[in-house]
Amino acid sequence: MKTILSGNEAVARGAWEAGCKVAAAYPGTPSTEILENIILYPEIYAEWSINEKVALEVAAGASFAGCRSLVAMKHVGLNVAADPLFTMAYSGVTGGFVIVNADDPGMWSSQNEQDNRHYARHAKIPMLEPSDSQEARIFVKLGFEISEQFDTPVLLRLTTRICHSTCLVDLDDRIEHQISGYTKNIKKRLVLPAHARLLHIAVEERMKKLAEYSEKFLYNQIEWGQKKLGIITSGISYQYAKEVFPKASFLKLAFTYPLPEKLIREFSRQVRNVIIIEEGDPILETEIKAMGIKATGKARIPVCGELTPKVIKESFNIKKLDINPEPAPVRPPVLCPGCPHRGVFYIINKLNLVATGDIGCYTLSALPPLNAMDTCICMGASITNAHGLDKALGKEFSNKMVAVLGDSTFFHSGITGLVNAVYNKGNLNLIIVDNYTTAMTGHQPHPGTGKLAHGETGKRIPPEDIARGCGVEFVKTVNPDDLEETENTIKEALEFDGVTVLVFRRPCALLLKRKIPYYVDSENCKSCNICMRIGCPAISLTSIPGKEKEIAVIDADLCFGCGLCAQVCTCEAIKLRDIVR
Amino acid sequence: MSKDQNKVTNIVICGVGGQGIILASNVLCSAVFNRGFDIKKSEVHGMAQRGGSVITHVRFGHKIHSPLIEEGTAYYILAFEKLEALRYLHYLKKNGKIIVNDRKIPPMSVLTGQTKYPEDILSKLNDRGKVYLIDAEKKANELGNERTVNIILLGVLARFLKFDPDTWDKALRENIKEKYIDLNLKAFNAGLKLKSENQS
Ligand SMILES: Cc1ncc(C[n+]2csc(CCOP(=O)(O)OP(=O)(O)O)c2C)c(N)n1
Repeated sequence: MKTILSGNEAVARGAWEAGCKVAAAYPGTPSTEILENIILYPEIYAEWSINEKVALEVAAGASFAGCRSLVAMKHVGLNVAADPLFTMAYSGVTGGFVIVNADDPGMWSSQNEQDNRHYARHAKIPMLEPSDSQEARIFVKLGFEISEQFDTPVLLRLTTRICHSTCLVDLDDRIEHQISGYTKNIKKRLVLPAHARLLHIAVEERMKKLAEYSEKFLYNQIEWGQKKLGIITSGISYQYAKEVFPKASFLKLAFTYPLPEKLIREFSRQVRNVIIIEEGDPILETEIKAMGIKATGKARIPVCGELTPKVIKESFNIKKLDINPEPAPVRPPVLCPGCPHRGVFYIINKLNLVATGDIGCYTLSALPPLNAMDTCICMGASITNAHGLDKALGKEFSNKMVAVLGDSTFFHSGITGLVNAVYNKGNLNLIIVDNYTTAMTGHQPHPGTGKLAHGETGKRIPPEDIARGCGVEFVKTVNPDDLEETENTIKEALEFDGVTVLVFRRPCALLLKRKIPYYVDSENCKSCNICMRIGCPAISLTSIPGKEKEIAVIDADLCFGCGLCAQVCTCEAIKLRDIVR
Repeated sequence: MSKDQNKVTNIVICGVGGQGIILASNVLCSAVFNRGFDIKKSEVHGMAQRGGSVITHVRFGHKIHSPLIEEGTAYYILAFEKLEALRYLHYLKKNGKIIVNDRKIPPMSVLTGQTKYPEDILSKLNDRGKVYLIDAEKKANELGNERTVNIILLGVLARFLKFDPDTWDKALRENIKEKYIDLNLKAFNAGLKLKSENQS
């Protein structure tokens, strides 16, 4: 049977077909829909773990039990999970263990453009790279087989355009995979130096066998065309290169670590010029050139940004269409109308505070007109960066500073930083903007919601309880829709000596029903524009007859009815519609 | 290989995150799939969706490699918002068709007065291709649900694709919850028949 699936849906399908029984993930674009789709298969236990390190270790534990298990994350997630990743390469597996990792070239939704193909080499773990959804489904299944055959975790590397592109996919039935059960084996799973020394030798031996396997891997394919030009490529780059050079010969690599050296030599010998087309770093190129093969790659193709057929054409001076984009004002993402984060950041801006920030929807508060965030490095860093600033500059500085992160981010990697600040006598003012969900990635639950992946109720763990448990003495819950309360409580926290935690809680606007919209009474509006400072997409300025200056208007279709604008308005011009629409 | 076999149809669907573009493109994909074409669609999720600019690439034909449409090769642009039509206009093939929703959503930089919303969008669109200006919001309000704008606009596009009604009916049912299907079938049919604002 055929259907159309995105790469992420295809990975989920492949895991199900392979008899996978345990899957764990932490959300992150572009990988999120992998677990979201696995959740739909009742045969697989699926969980949103609180971070990627936890998720990888959970899946590794399931593999110890002889169960086929999978973990999925975005590229930077593997940085968080790198510690168990490297050691799992030594330990190996019992049940097949596939680590799905999604890179984001072009940084559509990410803070960096790291090329995670490096991890395969660094951690000595074999890597598979599908070039479309069909291969994604098949490679998950092959990944489990390779994992069990060679006693190693397997990395399946996707990129945004694989994850979020759909194409035709064949479907197979599920083949149940029996859980073999747990047997103690400390030589394998307890990495004392004495054990690890032997394991390292085994890893090196395993890599040699995998290199032989790569030579025969069915999907490392040569497609002969004209022999003038031979293109070596992998993943989505193959699809682009096929569009640009339809007549060339291709060596399409799918098992990309370790590389099939003999096959590459064989191919290169038979073509006149070798071009290596890869997105990101020159990884294939470096290894192929180290084989002594002459080839062109990054001397022409850029390292930065997403690869597209157009970029390839430009790199090789192939006919360029003479059309340029029309100039148009940019449209970056914004906080939604009714977003509970807006008021908190309006006050942070108003009080002119330094705000170390973090990653989530609330990072959008860094943009005008709120301009309310100073830093954003990685998940959890708001707390620890603030602590460092405090230690370097002292209380005079930190009394005018807040650290801000979201609820999901707090559970992901905020707690350790909080314990650290309490223990090391920090003067930290932590603000948790709790919208009761992981909004940025599409509303996944987390411990603060008490909901589990499949929707059933688990144990709710309020961030306030955690803060108190960590020894924080000043902990308050605040309603972010009340600006006065928001401002007063932040001021109170700033005056407190030591660590404070404020939890601003109201569910994400996208999860609530809209309320009655507000409107601007044009009689009263004095064009002071103060309502424009909250950065609400529903409010704009317009000119009306009889008024010299532009006045504010509220788009009733966009207005959520949160009333923040009415609270900042000083001329009593913003009012609730009394008519029911 | 016949000429027809080489033909690839490229459609750009664009607008502002939250306008229902992903659902519209999913319905389109199902319809194309039901017609037996090879198909690829590419879009971006996540950050890009929070009220930001959104573009979805849909390509179909005998055999498709790249999921991305190249600049200057789209037969159709279906734009849910006028500024977004302008932003992606360079994707249009010479004399291609632009279906554009008569809706203006100012980006934050315009709201805060840093930039101006371009005034001459329609004339720029007209310079490049044939423009069909559609007031989908008005139609949606007539139908009593503003959330049907995306399916109305899809209906307008469907006029040009010439798939049979059953193909669309099936595609809509495959992608839309039972509860909303009647409303959306109505919206789709309204789109099929909708006159554009700039034509008699
Ligand atoms: C290590 C890592 N994992 C995942 C992500 C993707 N990601 C960015 S923000 C975010 C969570 C945001 O949730 P929350 O803190 O609750 O803020 P909200 O978006 O709800 O405002 C996630 C999962 C990331 N950037 N880095």
